[in-house]
Amino acid sequence: MRLKRKDLLGIEDLTKDELEILISTAASFREVSEREIKKVPTLRGKTIINLFYEPSTRTRTSFEIAAKRMSADAVNISTSSSSVVKGETLKDTAKNLEAMRPDCIVIRHSSAGAPLMLSRYVGCSVVNAGDGSHEHPSQALLDILTVKDKKGGVEGLNVAIVGDIAHSRVARSNIYGFTKLGAHVTVVAPPTMMPKDIESLGCAATYDMPAALKDADIIMMLRLQLERQKESFFPSVREYSRLYGLDAAKLKRAKKDVVIMHPGPINRGVEISSEVADGPFSLILDQVTNGVAVRMAIFYLLLGAAKEEAA
Amino acid sequence: MSGLVIKNGRVLDPSSGIDGLYNVYVMSGRIASVKSISEDTGEIMPGVDVLDAKGLLVIPGMVDAHTHLREPGFEYKETIETGTSAAAAGGFTSILCMANTNPVNDNESVTRYILKKAEGCGANVFPVGAVTMGLKGEKLTEAAELKAAGCVALSDDGMPVASAAVMRRGLEYSLIAGLPVITHAEDPALSSCAVMNEGRVSTLLGLKGIPNAAEDVIVGRDVALAELTGARLHVAHVSTAWAVDIIRNAKKRGVKVTAEASPHHLTLTDGMVAGYDTNAKMNPPLRSKQDADALMLGLKDGTIDCIATDHAPQSPVEKDVEFDKASNGIIGLETAFAVIYGLVESGALTLDEMVSAMTIKPSKVFSLDKGSLKVGASADIALIDLSMKWVVEPDKLKSKSKNTPWLGKTLKGRVVKTFLGGHVVYELEGAK
Repeated sequence: MRLKRKDLLGIEDLTKDELEILISTAASFREVSEREIKKVPTLRGKTIINLFYEPSTRTRTSFEIAAKRMSADAVNISTSSSSVVKGETLKDTAKNLEAMRPDCIVIRHSSAGAPLMLSRYVGCSVVNAGDGSHEHPSQALLDILTVKDKKGGVEGLNVAIVGDIAHSRVARSNIYGFTKLGAHVTVVAPPTMMPKDIESLGCAATYDMPAALKDADIIMMLRLQLERQKESFFPSVREYSRLYGLDAAKLKRAKKDVVIMHPGPINRGVEISSEVADGPFSLILDQVTNGVAVRMAIFYLLLGAAKEEAA
Repeated sequence: MSGLVIKNGRVLDPSSGIDGLYNVYVMSGRIASVKSISEDTGEIMPGVDVLDAKGLLVIPGMVDAHTHLREPGFEYKETIETGTSAAAAGGFTSILCMANTNPVNDNESVTRYILKKAEGCGANVFPVGAVTMGLKGEKLTEAAELKAAGCVALSDDGMPVASAAVMRRGLEYSLIAGLPVITHAEDPALSSCAVMNEGRVSTLLGLKGIPNAAEDVIVGRDVALAELTGARLHVAHVSTAWAVDIIRNAKKRGVKVTAEASPHHLTLTDGMVAGYDTNAKMNPPLRSKQDADALMLGLKDGTIDCIATDHAPQSPVEKDVEFDKASNGIIGLETAFAVIYGLVESGALTLDEMVSAMTIKPSKVFSLDKGSLKVGASADIALIDLSMKWVVEPDKLKSKSKNTPWLGKTLKGRVVKTFLGGHVVYELEGAK
């Protein structure tokens, strides 16, 4: 099996079938990470470049481990130690990397659309590991897999995504992903962080957190970037936390079987209290575990299986 | 004495109310007479060149109130020579060029340099001087001297005059020079770090949006200041529905305000940005369909006086980069006629309204004495084949830069020949 596409740039343009293939493939790869020898030879001889223009621990490590567990050769480029600091453009970087014949470039970039741009310049596969406030498809896939594990499915569930929706690529990818699979997504944010016409992505939107929590099966908390206070997106961390932070008191009003997610890194005591983050409803570490499996599946479905098809 | 007669063409000159089959006689670089074919006895003096324009539209050379020629300072994007060649190829014979060069056109030496460079080029160049020194929005320029050197208007275009107090003084002071002040209406605090129109598309793409209000509040401010000072205000590249309303209302009250709209704001919307095409990035940004429709209404009822291209050449250095890092602007001189003619084809605009908004009206706004085929006028003439379809190909563009969203697109209506002062400054390759 292989996806009939060169790149994974976002969830928006994936079909429901493609989403389901990615999720089920990821579920099957999870077992590899439980083996004593955590490696399969599937992508031996493939070269994967992790090109990260933004700092990242979790995502970059997860992609690297996924590549290595598939026996691909993974190379990491972080921009602080690359030609980017010498002023090389993305186009030139792309052309130069392309000249070394990689099979896949994983890119994290602060500019929305940078992965799409890269994909136009290179013949190899491109995987978006987060572009600006646009999309973060592997995060949405691992979130869906995590929910599916816990809830048995996604269809009909109520998903509340809470936080800085305007600047969140995680929110956009999850809105697309969960709605495609039949869940109802409600985004919750103060008006200053609610992007215009967000409902056109297929979700509901509200400023009222308690109302949104009441019916939620899944509560997904987003990281608050504290520097946004300077740009008047919120008056104080204190008020933000009181209105939009998730703590035990607010959680009491939620469903008994609600689950809590967060893409990390978390601001303890800001958007999520420690007792909730570490509590029984939290799936935060399951998300991280599933991240590796999802990224193995992405590599496999974009790069692998070509020979099987030919045979 | 050199003479020329352009025979049998459909002559359309809104300045003199002419639309029909006429012969245009040119002597010594000026319009000698325009005679109806049926009344023309057809006697042609020896030594007069005859050009058969049968099947072609003959209009006054067009006037573009808004271009960036990039010289001095950014010659890698465009020069006065290449920019005026592009103008000629687009049927424009008179163009205003904005002051955001390097050095800025904020003193007479730069104005004189531009005019010197423009001598013998493919179009008349009318420099626009800066309102403030270095476009910094602080200290006024010596407007009287700029006018004496040849500037026809004042503008910090590219940058808004952020301070209302400075804008007020700039408008007041412009009365001495008798020059209109062109406002680039944008509240920089509302558009800070934003790269496209704020709306559904910016939300989808995860790009920071510029709300309509960023333009609306400054148009409102500057109209109020024009009323306060009695100065002449011209609003550049209007892009929002409300700005059209504000200008319409101001005109009714007798405020001395005029306005322009660009071919791209009239015909394209922010949906063009999907795919992160940097050739859909300009300032003001492409807006919604409702805004484009409002501009169209404004053009029809005279609220918008003229069509101006905001020709803004950018090289691949500025455009072949991530969308949010790309520079604003698109070129427009060579596609403007055909793009607007598309609106005529669709029935949104009459050919007369179109030609009027691209010839005599902008000429009047800036008191240029151009854009007309009246007897005695400079023989600036464009010949157009309205039925010719053509593909916008980068190699064929005369502009040094190729940043246009119409690249590869097929347009209808093509300039085949352009005269400046009776001399051919452009001839379409392979045309008869």
